[in-house]
Amino acid sequence: MATQDIAASTTGRLNNVLLEVHDLKMYFPVTTGVIFQRKVADVKAVDNVSFFIRQGETLGLVGESGCGKTTVGRCVLMLYQPTAGDILFEGQHLTTMRGRDIRRMRRRMQVIFQDPYASLNPRMTVGSIIGEPIVIHNLAPNRRERKEKVQELMRIVGLNPYYANRYPHEFSGGQRQRIGIARALAVEPTFIVCDEPISALDVSIQAQIINLLEELQREFHLTYLFIAHDLSVVRHISDRVAVMYLGKLMELADRIELYENPLHPYTKALLSAIPIPDPAVEATRERIILVGDVPSPMHPPPGCVFQTRCPIASDAHGCRTVIPEWRNVGVGGKEHWVACHRV
Amino acid sequence: MAAPLLQMKDLKTYFFTDDGVVKAVDNVSYEVQAGEIVGLVGESGCGKTVSALSILRLIPNPPGKIIAGEIIFEGEDLLKTDDEEIRSIRGHRIAMIFQEPMTSLNPVLTIGRQITESLELHLKMDRSAATRRAVELMEMVGIPESAARIHDYPHQFSGGMRQRVMIAMALSCNPKLLLADEPTTALDVTIQAQILELLTKLTRDLGTAVIIITHNLGVVARYADRVYVMYAGKIVETAPARELYGNPRHPYTLGLLKSVPRLDQVRKDRLEPIEGFPPDLIHMPEGCYFRPRCKFAVDRCQQESPPLQVVSSIHQSACWEWPRVVAGAKTPAPA
Repeated sequence: MATQDIAASTTGRLNNVLLEVHDLKMYFPVTTGVIFQRKVADVKAVDNVSFFIRQGETLGLVGESGCGKTTVGRCVLMLYQPTAGDILFEGQHLTTMRGRDIRRMRRRMQVIFQDPYASLNPRMTVGSIIGEPIVIHNLAPNRRERKEKVQELMRIVGLNPYYANRYPHEFSGGQRQRIGIARALAVEPTFIVCDEPISALDVSIQAQIINLLEELQREFHLTYLFIAHDLSVVRHISDRVAVMYLGKLMELADRIELYENPLHPYTKALLSAIPIPDPAVEATRERIILVGDVPSPMHPPPGCVFQTRCPIASDAHGCRTVIPEWRNVGVGGKEHWVACHRV
Repeated sequence: MAAPLLQMKDLKTYFFTDDGVVKAVDNVSYEVQAGEIVGLVGESGCGKTVSALSILRLIPNPPGKIIAGEIIFEGEDLLKTDDEEIRSIRGHRIAMIFQEPMTSLNPVLTIGRQITESLELHLKMDRSAATRRAVELMEMVGIPESAARIHDYPHQFSGGMRQRVMIAMALSCNPKLLLADEPTTALDVTIQAQILELLTKLTRDLGTAVIIITHNLGVVARYADRVYVMYAGKIVETAPARELYGNPRHPYTLGLLKSVPRLDQVRKDRLEPIEGFPPDLIHMPEGCYFRPRCKFAVDRCQQESPPLQVVSSIHQSACWEWPRVVAGAKTPAPA
C-alpha cells in the first residue's frame, strides 16, 4: 500500500521529514432543506492524498481551480478538521489534537494568503496587524519590545518601519503581500503554507515577492508548501512538485524530474498548456489541448478521475473502472510518484 | 502596405476624479492591419483596457472623457460618429470579448437569446433564421448538443463554455476587428489553452483582426503577430513579436521578460525583478514615467519624456537610451 511505503520511507532513510500526510480526506457535505437539513452528497475536495515535506525544502502543489489544493493547505494547518487521514508535524499527530495543543502547534505553522486585499483587516494599522500574533502567543513581555519586534519584521520584509501606523489601503498589492509575510513570520514559524501568494500581484511585482520568500527561507530555515496554479513559478521556487487533479494527487517528483520527464498525461497536458514568453520557442512547441471541462467533485468519474479528459485512457487498462494506485515508479532510489494505469 | 484597418492617433482618455486627473491613456497611437493579431501587453492600470474601450466609445462619462485623438476605422473616425452610428458598429464590425465570462453575460436571458439579439439587430435576420444561425455558431465554438443548450441560461455553463459563448456572440456578425480583453485570465490553464487555440483558429479562418489585451507575456508570444507594450498610459515599445522578445529595447520590456520564470529554462538562482512599483497615475513623475524603476536612466530621463524612437523600420522604443538596452546585458554600463 502507498501509505506503508511512505511511512517506511519516512521512518527509515528520510528522518528529516517535517510534515507527513497520510490518506487525507476532506469531504464537504452538500445539504438540502432549510430546517431539516439532509445530507444529499459529498464534495470530495481532497480524496486520499498522501505526501511528505522535508525540513527546509519547498514542496510545490499545483493544480487548476477547484482541484483541492487550497483545501490540502488548510487541512495541513488544521483550519479544517479532515474527514479522514492522518497529518504528522514533527512526528506529532495533528488530527487528534484539540484546543490549546493545536494553538501551540500553530505557532510553528503559518500561512500566507492569496489575496493581500482581503486578508488584512482594513481597520487595523500595519503595526497592529503584524503585532497581533505576538500578542496572541505572548512572545513579547511588554509593549516596547513588541514594537521593536514589529519594526524588525517590517525591515526584514522590505517595508519601511516608519509606516507602522498606516492602514493597509495605503499600500500597494506587493507591499500588502509583504505585510502578510511579516505577520506570518512574527511567531517565528518553521513551516509556512503559501497559498497562491503572488497570483493577485502584477507581473513586475511577482518576482520581488518570490525573491523575498526565497531569501527568508534561507535566512530562517523555513519549509514551504507552495500552492499555485502557475507552473513556471512553481518550477522556479520548488524542490519537489506535486500535481493535483479533482481532489487527488496525480504525480509527485523532484522538480527537475517532473518537468523533464513528466509521466502522467495530465502533467504533460498542463506543462504543454503554459505558453512560453518567446515566440521562437513557441513556434516549435507541440501542444496537448485537453478536451472538455473538469468534472464536478460532487460526481467524480469512476476509475481514474482524469479519464474523461485523458488522451490515452483505455478500457483495457481499467482507466474507467479501477482507481489507479498511488505508487513510486522512480528508478535508482529516486522518488517519482504517479497515479496512472498507463505508466 | 494597404491602409490599416484601425489606426489610433494620439489618443488621450482622461478620468476626472475628485483626487485629480488620471491620464489613463496618454498620447497613444497604434494600428491594426486587416486579419492581423496584435498583442497589447501591460500591467493592471496601464491603460490597455481603456484604450480598447475608447475604440468602441464605451468610456463611462463622467468621470472619463476622450479628450483628444483620432480612431480611424475603415477610413472613418469613430470619435466623430454619432451615437446611432457607433451603436451599429459595436458588436457588428467591431466586437469585444471581456475578461469575466461570468459577469458579461446576462443571467436572465437564455444563451440563444443573447446570441440572436445581435443577429436580429445588425443582420436583420428574423427570429427563426437567427436561431438557426445561433446553433451553427455554438457548434462552431465547440459547444456540444448546441440545439438543446441554446435554451439554457449562463449559470448552466462552466467558465470555459461561457467564454465559448462569448466568442460565438462576438463572431456572430463577422466583425472585421475583435477586441479580446484578457479573454482567458479568469480561466484555468488547460481551459485557457483550449479557448485561445479556438479563438485564434476561428479568427484566422474568418480573416478577423484581433487585439489581444493581456498581461501574460506567454500568451502574446504564442499568438500575436505584432506587440505593443504599455506602461502608465503610454506605448513604450512596439515590434513584431519575434523581434520584441528576441531584441527588447525598452528597459520595461526587458525587465518584464527577465522577471518571469520560464518553464523551459533551468532555474536561475534569483529572479531579476523590476524594483519599485508602478506609478500613481495621478501624481506622475517628471520626465520618463519609468525612470524611478529604470536601471538605465540618465539625467535627460528626468527632464524629458521620451517619444517613440526608431530602432529599426519595424521596431520602436520610447527610451532615450535604447542603444544601451540590450537583452544579453546583465548590468547596464554606468551612465
